[in-house]
Amino acid sequence: MEMDGGSALLKALEFEGVDVVFGYPGGAIMPVYDSMVGGSGPRHVLVRHEQGAGHMASGYAHATGKPGVVMVTSGPAATNIVTPLADAYLDSVPVVAITGQVPYGLIGTDAFQETDTTGITMSITKHNYLVSDPNDIPQVVHEAFHIATTGRPGPVLIDLPKNITDVRNPQSAMTWTDPVPIDLPGFKPVLDGEPEMIEAAVELMLTATRPVLYAGGGILKARGAAELVTLAEKLNIPVVTTLMARGAMPDSHELNLGMPGMHGNYTAVMAMQESDLLIAMGSRFDDRVTGKVDAFAPDAKVIHVDIDPAELGKIRMPDVAIRGDAKHVMTQMLAAIGTRTPADHGQWRSTLSGWQENYPLAYEDAEPGGRLKPQMVLERLRDLSPEDTIVASGVGQHQMWASQYWKFDHPYTWLNSGGLGTMGYSIPAAIGAKVGMPDKTVWAVDGDGCFQMTCQELITASVEKIPIKVALLNNTYLGMVRQWQEMFYENRLSEVDLSGPVPDYIKLSEAMGCVAIRVEDPDEVDDAIERANAIDDAPVVLEFVTEPNENVYPMVPGGASNSEVVVPPFQQKGTD
Amino acid sequence: MKRTQLSRTHTLAVLVENKAGVLARVAGLFARRGFNIESLAVAPTDERFSRITIVVDAESAPLDQIKKQLDKLIDVVDIAELSLEESALREMVLVRLELDDVAKVADVEALVSGFSGSVLRTRNAHMMLSLSSRPDDLDSFLEKLQPYGIAELQRTGAIAIPGI
Repeated sequence: MEMDGGSALLKALEFEGVDVVFGYPGGAIMPVYDSMVGGSGPRHVLVRHEQGAGHMASGYAHATGKPGVVMVTSGPAATNIVTPLADAYLDSVPVVAITGQVPYGLIGTDAFQETDTTGITMSITKHNYLVSDPNDIPQVVHEAFHIATTGRPGPVLIDLPKNITDVRNPQSAMTWTDPVPIDLPGFKPVLDGEPEMIEAAVELMLTATRPVLYAGGGILKARGAAELVTLAEKLNIPVVTTLMARGAMPDSHELNLGMPGMHGNYTAVMAMQESDLLIAMGSRFDDRVTGKVDAFAPDAKVIHVDIDPAELGKIRMPDVAIRGDAKHVMTQMLAAIGTRTPADHGQWRSTLSGWQENYPLAYEDAEPGGRLKPQMVLERLRDLSPEDTIVASGVGQHQMWASQYWKFDHPYTWLNSGGLGTMGYSIPAAIGAKVGMPDKTVWAVDGDGCFQMTCQELITASVEKIPIKVALLNNTYLGMVRQWQEMFYENRLSEVDLSGPVPDYIKLSEAMGCVAIRVEDPDEVDDAIERANAIDDAPVVLEFVTEPNENVYPMVPGGASNSEVVVPPFQQKGTD
Repeated sequence: MKRTQLSRTHTLAVLVENKAGVLARVAGLFARRGFNIESLAVAPTDERFSRITIVVDAESAPLDQIKKQLDKLIDVVDIAELSLEESALREMVLVRLELDDVAKVADVEALVSGFSGSVLRTRNAHMMLSLSSRPDDLDSFLEKLQPYGIAELQRTGAIAIPGI
């Protein structure tokens, strides 16, 4: 079929099953947007800043399991999606980015809105393409989706020079042919683990007396949440769920110890630290989990399962390294275990319950008349929202509290920027999730710093009728930075005060078409949340005015051993 | 003159697809991790693939990580680390000499012949030489030529394939 490159791109996206594109038009991508006129191609969500489009694609991908698509023009638009691409790269999210580029003949001439987009994004994408021939579009798009979604997922970028998409330019003429089967000799992810390695792992798992299953985001990427629960139950092994794996195992499950790491709960941190076997399943020994690597889990043997062989031995040398997909490998492990039963973990389990009893996640209630405690707000939000609510968080204290105090009982209900730590992630990610899962309640948990970075996407939410809800925990500070300044810089507060007096978050939100409610009194918290949950035709912003000096506990100071975990002051008297 | 420290270097033979930007992807990985590429030689083997020989100055542990990272590049098909003993390793050098005395031409000719190199051209006291051999032979060759006055030289960087 004869057509132009712009129409071919839309056809290629439809061929890949894309139902929505988050984007923003501009010079070099205009021919593609022109091809959309008349309703061709997938739904388009017009954002208010290209960064928002990138995070929306990411939020959509994480919530639905389908690749998210972002489309923007060249130059400043391409550089505006650098942050979300890096974010998706570090959190292994399948995103396909389409960027316009100046006409091929002008590349390298410093043309208007020209940037070396493939060069800039080379180290933050799984792969990228600069297409010179419109006939290549169907196959390149097909490959891009394959690469983004296969093996360890990640972002892939396609840079399209304007001359090959513009119907008015003869160079855009192409003949559509359906993509042929993928032939990439350098890209053949291995899904199944080697049987000998599986058996070696199983033997360690059966004989360990203090095992911990260190569950990472790779389990969710592999759609292996059910296998995780089955494996943990079969071997009676306690599980810690990293920030990227929250929801992979229900928090209500008695074997789930919760989140480990810098702000993990005491039991999860100490369980890893004191274990004799760590089964790292789709997790990558991130520094926020290990603390000081040399002092991390000193007695533990390590089984490391990852689909990306570059993770095996990158930080901690495993005793058994298994290259494979978490779901496949756990299925293999279950088969290999057969009817064998694990060693007795009775003493280990009683140690763990002792810690859980002495050092539960806890906070002190607000003084009468004092500001709201953020943890209390999150607990009420959790209890008053539907059970399978999707929560998207920004980055900072509120992110840690959300991860700590929410009870995730379903996979793919927690979205956050774990690897890159991108402030402003929550609102656009929540919008992307709501587009993909329109029947679910989607809450963005945000801080006042984050909110000011990406709140303009609430205009997108209003105009495009994407009724997300935002819980803005306004502590008038860049709270996490303030906490570090307090704890590690002798409380020398430097440039962390956001007390304003502007913006007025209510007026700002209302101006963007949201229903907005400010909550200062503890007695108003429930009513406001219930009102918000009942609204389904507009975005809602609840501004909770919270205690400015609240700190996140427990905390392992940066660079310290996990054994030095600091519990909240009111628990410290009992610390040994 | 800088000598090729074969003992401290690692030689990687990397088979890649002939795609635009593949060399930038490979070189970028080394640069981002602060590895010095000692030499790099690349040429197509057929329509679809190219082979790159990279000699890198590195400790072995981080090199293992970089091999894995290289393998993650979509266009990289295969990576082999080659041992000096078992692989065929060759490098070529072109040298232009400007002798101060035309009478020394005969001395240089003898030297070149001793290394099994070639004199490509001689014009008065100017000579063009080439030698293809192991990189450490090239080092010795150039060291011996030094006193005669090397005006310009170009080495190709090592190329290598696994031995038989």
